[in-house]
Amino acid sequence: MKLGAMKPQRRNRLLLILGLVGGLGLALTFVLKALNSNINLFYTPVQVIAGEVPMGARVRAGGMVEAGSIRRSDGSLEVAFIVSDLAGAAFEIRYTGILPDLFREGQGVVATGTLSQDGVFFAEEILAKHDEKYMPPEVAMALDATRQDPLQP
Amino acid sequence: MSFETITAFLAMGGYATYVFASYGLTALTLGGLLLAESRRHRAWLQRQGSRRRSEEA
Amino acid sequence: MWRWFHQWGSPKFFYHRSGVLIPVLALASGLILGAGVFWGLLIAPADYQQGESVRIMYVHVPAAILAQSSYAMMAVMALISLIWRLKIADAAVQTVAPIGACITLLALATGSLWGKPMWGTYWVWDARLTSTLILFFLFAGVLALRNAAGQSQTAGRAASVLAVIGLLNLPIIKYSVDWWFTLHQPASFTLTDRPAMPFSMWGPLLMMVVGFYAWFFLAWLIRLRHELVKRERRSDWVQQMMKQ
Repeated sequence: MKLGAMKPQRRNRLLLILGLVGGLGLALTFVLKALNSNINLFYTPVQVIAGEVPMGARVRAGGMVEAGSIRRSDGSLEVAFIVSDLAGAAFEIRYTGILPDLFREGQGVVATGTLSQDGVFFAEEILAKHDEKYMPPEVAMALDATRQDPLQP
Repeated sequence: MSFETITAFLAMGGYATYVFASYGLTALTLGGLLLAESRRHRAWLQRQGSRRRSEEA
Repeated sequence: MWRWFHQWGSPKFFYHRSGVLIPVLALASGLILGAGVFWGLLIAPADYQQGESVRIMYVHVPAAILAQSSYAMMAVMALISLIWRLKIADAAVQTVAPIGACITLLALATGSLWGKPMWGTYWVWDARLTSTLILFFLFAGVLALRNAAGQSQTAGRAASVLAVIGLLNLPIIKYSVDWWFTLHQPASFTLTDRPAMPFSMWGPLLMMVVGFYAWFFLAWLIRLRHELVKRERRSDWVQQMMKQ
């Protein structure tokens, strides 16, 4: 399709629409960049450590549950665990209640709650965040045995 | 077969409500839309037919 | 090639030639969806962490893919309608909007039903879910504008403009899981990389995606043919056809 071969009215309509969409796209890009922090669903461990989380406000924070960090108390649903970004930043979450099915070590979580003065996140709600990899149980068990990822080339 | 028994299949590992509700909604949506389209077309054709017959009368 | 477009752009030509596709698509979608559901629900394995709830993937993912594709198709038709003023393109926009809206709702509903047992919630305002909800409102908006003033040209044009502008939402939906921190996980299925799952799982998934597309074209075709006959009911070819 040659632009030159189109009738002038049609070409003008096309250019007008492209211009409109292009302009709006540009505006949208700027708006989204400005709202970036608000569009993110949760604060990361780096942000928690860096003090970006407003104290006392009800927010969301998340990360990966660190191996060996889960501590439960006998007789109650209280649980405490460390959440990290696997790159050095970590913080503690304390929660009382039933945890989602998928909750366990090495799993992602997103907690809703408040950050206290001493850096502990008191959660009212824990959501499990899982990755995009799927595999049958046998494959997963074989993986654990050999510690290799069959999904990598 | 991924399931040993029919009971196991119906239980869906504890997630029966969610899985069967999803498949049910899908069947309703896909089937329902097709049915609605065909019915609407046929109903319209009938109305056109009867309108023409009353005009010719 | 232009001649081919011109031919298919005529409602009469389109109507007469497209009729043969209906039984073909009906058979194809029935067989493929039937086989896909059997494969996904009964034969495919459970997931090592999600258990049997992973089977929801076989209806949720195709619905989500179709929701986005159908919007893209609607936007292209809207663009053609705005630039070339083709009646059939306008009818295409009008007829695809309700189907797209329903499929988007299905994607959202099945996603909720999957999210509750796995994440722990039916809904969260993360970028992926929110932009998909916006997709539904865009479909609804195009529908509403269309029906606002009957068959008036202005209503049709406003609806088409909205459809084209709403295209900006599609890359947001697609890349939301990469650009921002979301609850929804990144894509398992892309056109370029190897799928993050074995054949026993991406096989039924692909089959269901194909089946959903076949169903979609069937539903759209039936609707479009109905709309064309309705619009052209006073023309000779329709009158002739109805007398038979």
